Amino acid sequence: MTDNNRIILIGAGHNGLVCAAYLAKAGRDVLVLEASGRVGGAAVTREFAPGFRVSACAHLSYLLDASISSELRLADHGLKPARANLRTVALAAEGDPLILKGGLAESGVLSDKDRTALASWHTSMMQFARVLGKQHNRRPPRLGGGGRSEAFGAALLGLDIRRLGREPMREFLRIAGINIFDVLEESFDSPLLKGALALDAVLGSNLGPRSNNSVLTLLHRLSGQACGVAGGLSLPEGGLGAVSEALAAAARAAGAKVQLNSPVARITLDGDRVSGVELESGEHVRGGIVVSNADPARTLLQLLGARHLETGFVHKVRHVRSKGMAAKLHLALDALPEFTRLPRECVGERLLIAPSADYIETAFDHAKYGECSPEPALEITVPSAHDGSLAPSGKHVLSAIVQYAPFDPRASTDTARTNFLEQTLATLERHAPGIRRQIIATELLLPADIEREFRITGGHWHHGELALDQLLMLRPVPGAAQYATPVNGLFLCGAGCHPGGGVMGSAGRNAAQAVLTAGRAA
Amino acid sequence: MNQKEHFRKAVYGTPFHPRTSQLNVLGEWHRWKDYLTADAYFDEALEYAAIRNACAVFDITPMTKHRITGPDAQAFLNRLITRDVSKIKPGKVGYTVWCNDNGQVIDDGTVFHLREGDYRLCSQERQLDWLARSAYGFDVSIVEDTHDVAALALQGPTSCSVLKAIGCAGVETLPPFGLAYFQFDGTELMVSRTGFTGDLGYELWIDPERALALWDALFERGDNYGIRPMGTHALEVARIEAGFLQAHVDFLPADQAIMLDRSRSPFELDLGRLVDFKKPNFNGRRALLEEQKRGSRFRLVRLDIEGNKPARSSYIYNNKRNGDVVGTVTSAEWSPSAKANVALASMHMPWGRPGDELWAEIYYQRELKWSRVMARCRVVEGAFFDPPRRRATPAADF
Repeated sequence: MTDNNRIILIGAGHNGLVCAAYLAKAGRDVLVLEASGRVGGAAVTREFAPGFRVSACAHLSYLLDASISSELRLADHGLKPARANLRTVALAAEGDPLILKGGLAESGVLSDKDRTALASWHTSMMQFARVLGKQHNRRPPRLGGGGRSEAFGAALLGLDIRRLGREPMREFLRIAGINIFDVLEESFDSPLLKGALALDAVLGSNLGPRSNNSVLTLLHRLSGQACGVAGGLSLPEGGLGAVSEALAAAARAAGAKVQLNSPVARITLDGDRVSGVELESGEHVRGGIVVSNADPARTLLQLLGARHLETGFVHKVRHVRSKGMAAKLHLALDALPEFTRLPRECVGERLLIAPSADYIETAFDHAKYGECSPEPALEITVPSAHDGSLAPSGKHVLSAIVQYAPFDPRASTDTARTNFLEQTLATLERHAPGIRRQIIATELLLPADIEREFRITGGHWHHGELALDQLLMLRPVPGAAQYATPVNGLFLCGAGCHPGGGVMGSAGRNAAQAVLTAGRAA
Repeated sequence: MNQKEHFRKAVYGTPFHPRTSQLNVLGEWHRWKDYLTADAYFDEALEYAAIRNACAVFDITPMTKHRITGPDAQAFLNRLITRDVSKIKPGKVGYTVWCNDNGQVIDDGTVFHLREGDYRLCSQERQLDWLARSAYGFDVSIVEDTHDVAALALQGPTSCSVLKAIGCAGVETLPPFGLAYFQFDGTELMVSRTGFTGDLGYELWIDPERALALWDALFERGDNYGIRPMGTHALEVARIEAGFLQAHVDFLPADQAIMLDRSRSPFELDLGRLVDFKKPNFNGRRALLEEQKRGSRFRLVRLDIEGNKPARSSYIYNNKRNGDVVGTVTSAEWSPSAKANVALASMHMPWGRPGDELWAEIYYQRELKWSRVMARCRVVEGAFFDPPRRRATPAADF
């Protein structure tokens, strides 16, 4: 094979690995260039204190595409759950926590009305989420692009919505663009329940419960599956890094080469098409097709350069909303933490600190104006409760998503980090008195830290806000939403593309399809 | 840029206003961007006659001008416009268009390569927003300096003689689309062999402080050469004869078009010669390549129309009776120099081929009574009036 037939993948994030695996399976010559010393991108397990390992960015698996798991035989490559189908525990400021499993409240104080409402809420949300889920493995149609296949793609989306039936379709169209706060008000009384449901709608996004579009983000979160449970949550053994390791093994088994410690400095061109990449080391690697797992802004504006693109397109790429609002907390603990009124066996479930939707909204208010939330909302996991490989015997790791921390805080990032750590620990302590004394080491990653460590512009998990104007054929921007960019031979395959982030892999799979289709057309 | 107190006043006199206001005995003015500009000074037919038979002065100070400098100035312009800027050497001017991503023309104008890496871009419309947006990723400085430069167009066969008479020695050797610098009244006068009349002519660029001295020198030395001021009416006739396009008349700037079929590509404006696909990237390139494969939707044509009634805004039909509308006239005039009834028209493809049977539906009024005539049109190639003196170098004395 000549160098021209080589496909270069920039970044061994999970989507990059999925894409590499599918391309290699199709017989293509694939070279994955990863900047860091490990595969996985934001789906990694790494040490943060001697002997303590944690999923350093994403910490739960709930979206990984089932067809990818089976087609790439990830189980054969070592992926297995440490714990499937986690419960959700809404920690209360006072009183008993609420323990939820799907649409069922297993324990806690909840009126009969709320219990009934929760069951039907869960049913209809899962039904709506399935509509989104069906789009994940499809290339989004190109609007106004003519062509029968484009029209067919758009028609399929319409058909999926129509198939919900008349009433559910109306309800879906009514709520998909509005805010979760108002929708929850229609059904529920319990502030604790509303807080728990609202948090899922805003996790990882630059939204408060009263922000429009926050129903859609909830549906996106529920649109996947874990271990066969739709909308379920699971902890892979060895952390989220194990997903990436399995994907890397699958890619290598299919014949792809994965080269670590090879940061790409720029994408090179020959006339109006890509000719390869230049590494930061100065080495030029030739390849006729370059697929980038990096975020759209980094790929197009930094690695390629605005001058090789057109003004209008650059303007759109520059204005993709991609500033992260979620921080990540890692604690090394000398024992299993104890939470008020929570049975010890439940500490390993997913714990939420979001006692009401208003609490989250108040936390968001500060962040909107450049401050970290004085009383943040948290999604906590203690993965070591299920997986002994993560911490020394008897000791534990706690991993939490903490909201909100702005990407560019008014205070310096260092000051903001120090203050936010204190505010977060104080919040945590209200629900787990004494946890401070158990702490051996801490690590708090603000969005700016996430940007630096994981090379995600803006430090946003999803490489760009999940919003109506940044989904489907609008993701990341029109003109690049079908994975091919305006530059011949350059493709995107990351979370910045449809169907977005979460450790799903569908963007990588769809991108591989787009590369193969383009190859056949040429 | 000079601070203009727009909140006090919406329109200003140009630096030449003390003279132009005296000469405008008709008192006919309109607003061009921020400035008062004369429709006509004394008689538009005689002003036009001066363009073709002596020389005429038109105040182009209001024209939007940008200064583009910095290490990436050339790269920036190359991405912006459709032409290859590297071929516009220092001391040269190039007529060009620029497009949006869809290959639709935003505006046309001229790129002046003033000195190595130092450019002026003149446009019909304000472009600062688009230029600033296009500058992302380039090390380039863009300043709109419309108000910092006073400019005149001096057009007509005796224009070169007048310039020589005011001290521009050797200006006759300047080729079309060339520019040169001269000393005038202790300051630098830039002269470019450019214009909007399709005749021998120049444009003069000077510090606004010396504007009146320049005007006075031209009119004093130019008296023997028949120099006259001209307004936009006379210029309009000349530019249609030359076949030049006017934004908002012959095309709608793409950034102002709402309906998809209202804007035009360079090919659809008969400006395909300005598109250089050898450049690996410029705004609109992909769409224009696609258009070449797929075919254009429109064609701009020059029409010679039977009779003497200007076919303003006429529909063009493909048959005298019961034909289909296959185009629309965008500009029309009686051409005194070509002695022809001429028009520019935008035709639906494939209409507008030489030899096509085309009819203009012309409405005209006589003593307030409207009449209608169907006039046969003939597609002509090139300008309606294109005298050899326009290109002759050295420029001849008249």
